[in-house]
Amino acid sequence: MRGIAFAIAEAIDQEMAGNREIVVMGEDVTYWGAVFGFTMGLHAKYGRERVIDTPITEQTFMGMAVGAAATGMHPVVSLMFVDFLGAGFDQMYNHMAKNHYMSGGQFAMPVTVLTAIGGGYGDAGQHSQVLYGLFAHVPGFKVVVPATAYDAKGLTLTALRDRNPVVIFGHKLLTGLPFLPFEGEEEVVPEEPYTIPFGQAAVRRAGDDLTIVTAGVMVPRSLRAAEQLAQEGIGAEVIDVRTLVPLDVDTLVASARKTGRVLVVDEDYQSFGMTGELAFRIQAGAFDALKAPIQRLAVPDVPIPFSEPLEAAVIPSVEGIVAAARALVGARAAAD
Amino acid sequence: MWKPEPALTDLRYLLDRAGLTRETLLAQYRLMCLIRAFEESIADRYAVGKTPVFNMAAGPIRGEMHLSSGQEAVAVGVCSLLTDADAVVSTHRPHHHALAKGIDPGRLAAEIFGKATGLCRGKGGHMHLFDAEKRFACSGIVGASYPQAAGAAFSFRARGEAQVAVAFSGEGAANHGTFSETLTAAALWQLPLVIVIEDNLYADSTPKWAALAGPHQSPRAQAYNVPAYLVDGMDVIDVYAAAKRAIERARAGYGPAVIEAVCYRYRGHFEGDGEDYRTREEVEQWRALDPITRLGRRLVRLEWADEATLAGLRDEAERAAAEAIRFAEASPLPEPHEALMGVFA
Repeated sequence: MRGIAFAIAEAIDQEMAGNREIVVMGEDVTYWGAVFGFTMGLHAKYGRERVIDTPITEQTFMGMAVGAAATGMHPVVSLMFVDFLGAGFDQMYNHMAKNHYMSGGQFAMPVTVLTAIGGGYGDAGQHSQVLYGLFAHVPGFKVVVPATAYDAKGLTLTALRDRNPVVIFGHKLLTGLPFLPFEGEEEVVPEEPYTIPFGQAAVRRAGDDLTIVTAGVMVPRSLRAAEQLAQEGIGAEVIDVRTLVPLDVDTLVASARKTGRVLVVDEDYQSFGMTGELAFRIQAGAFDALKAPIQRLAVPDVPIPFSEPLEAAVIPSVEGIVAAARALVGARAAAD
Repeated sequence: MWKPEPALTDLRYLLDRAGLTRETLLAQYRLMCLIRAFEESIADRYAVGKTPVFNMAAGPIRGEMHLSSGQEAVAVGVCSLLTDADAVVSTHRPHHHALAKGIDPGRLAAEIFGKATGLCRGKGGHMHLFDAEKRFACSGIVGASYPQAAGAAFSFRARGEAQVAVAFSGEGAANHGTFSETLTAAALWQLPLVIVIEDNLYADSTPKWAALAGPHQSPRAQAYNVPAYLVDGMDVIDVYAAAKRAIERARAGYGPAVIEAVCYRYRGHFEGDGEDYRTREEVEQWRALDPITRLGRRLVRLEWADEATLAGLRDEAERAAAEAIRFAEASPLPEPHEALMGVFA
């Protein structure tokens, strides 16, 4: 299988075939498969009663998901680009994420939100963001960032069986769609349904000299960086967190204790986001084993610019990851 | 939106047309009295510890407090047409809706006091009341009720159930984008949704004339092919008659409706409000239209009740409110460790 888009769509198809509670709604979810393919094929199979194009009313369809979830449905809602969250975020962070807690546990909120993230193809400041840090910051959302088609299918099926709001952040450069660059790999994805538990990071490559912790399209990018580093004699362990919430701290800490050096790579904005949070959690469990301060590589605190050299200057690249890793391991001589 | 008091013959005609019986009217009278007594009792307890210096965090009830005295007819007129299975999404001013939907006054009061026996075990508070059994939810965010009620309505339609969903809001909320958005979607899909605008003439401190160039929001519904009813919100019979049409229509699968009920809140936007945006004379003028007094007079004119019967119903309501407050006050506070529980299901 090529890319996460078909994997997500296949997972939804397999689950909604047996679960009448699931409905899919959002802008362009029928003919265009939610634009980034996450719902492709569903309209043809299930029709407009269960796969519903909404008017451009983010506040309303996010709020409808809250009301529908409270009355027995499991809405799958497309927030086309994550950048559009501002148009509907009140219903998400003040209601979808809180109503279970505020109701003293009376109303579960089984909602699966699909959204497309990331830049690198020239879509500029309002169509290239990642922003999962915002969702992970608010208590009540589970935050899923698949890096492979296999994970995308298994994590989506888990989301569709979860009684909580889960936001699936699918990176555009991993979708495998013909109109976008593709940074993933062709994969064998089992046809039958399977689930992948939330909160289990995946060690994508083993290494002894440093740990690179990352998510989304930065996983394949970090793996390519690790290949280059290997040629220089640097063994990089690459960990894909897969879900920011819940977070598998144990795997991160164990790797940090083994390698003693950690680089956190993120396509979200740098400050007050995933990199800082992961660095904090890792140092809290591995401080005595660290040989150097934890380093990070993320989007410096600027909007994503349009022009290619400008965009390339702010989104972490393979070369950037290699350079950051090299600098971190270069501190080896001083520390050892 | 005050409507002239009907002559006795016309009153009988209006009741007959609305299908209102003596029993229903007496129940509505009692319920409006309960709401009034409940709200005034909460006001009394809320004031404890907050004088001479008003400190929102002091006393047995903390935080903001938005009470509904004066607006009883809207909640009762609409909710007496609903069953437990119908959904209501309420607002930051929710007590009258909650009581009219049949929520237990004791557990409601306990939530307002932040007690472990409260509807939400103390996690919601007065602006965030939830009762799954009564299909009742709330939001403290203005304008947030419309889409959530539309979601419940969507759910009912998708599951082939004959329930309706009601979104209450103030007239200020009807200026929010969610009002237009939700009407767009609800009309498109013919959802069993009834939007009730409680037009109490003030959005916080902002008079309606300072926020809206026209007189009413309800005519906007026409632009979405949605019927709208402008009613006297100080008259439970007028509210009921319009709500009956709207709800029966929605229940039968003919789509959404809007009711704009012009009413008045006797108390400030919140307890502690200096109310410098309106005059005492205006408040007194509206009190002369009091929905409880008006219904009581009509019951007497109809000879469906005498003064003694009405006094008995008022006493009964006072006792029920007092019992609710007693239950809340006697209930334990939640254990602090519960704060860390329940983020996820």
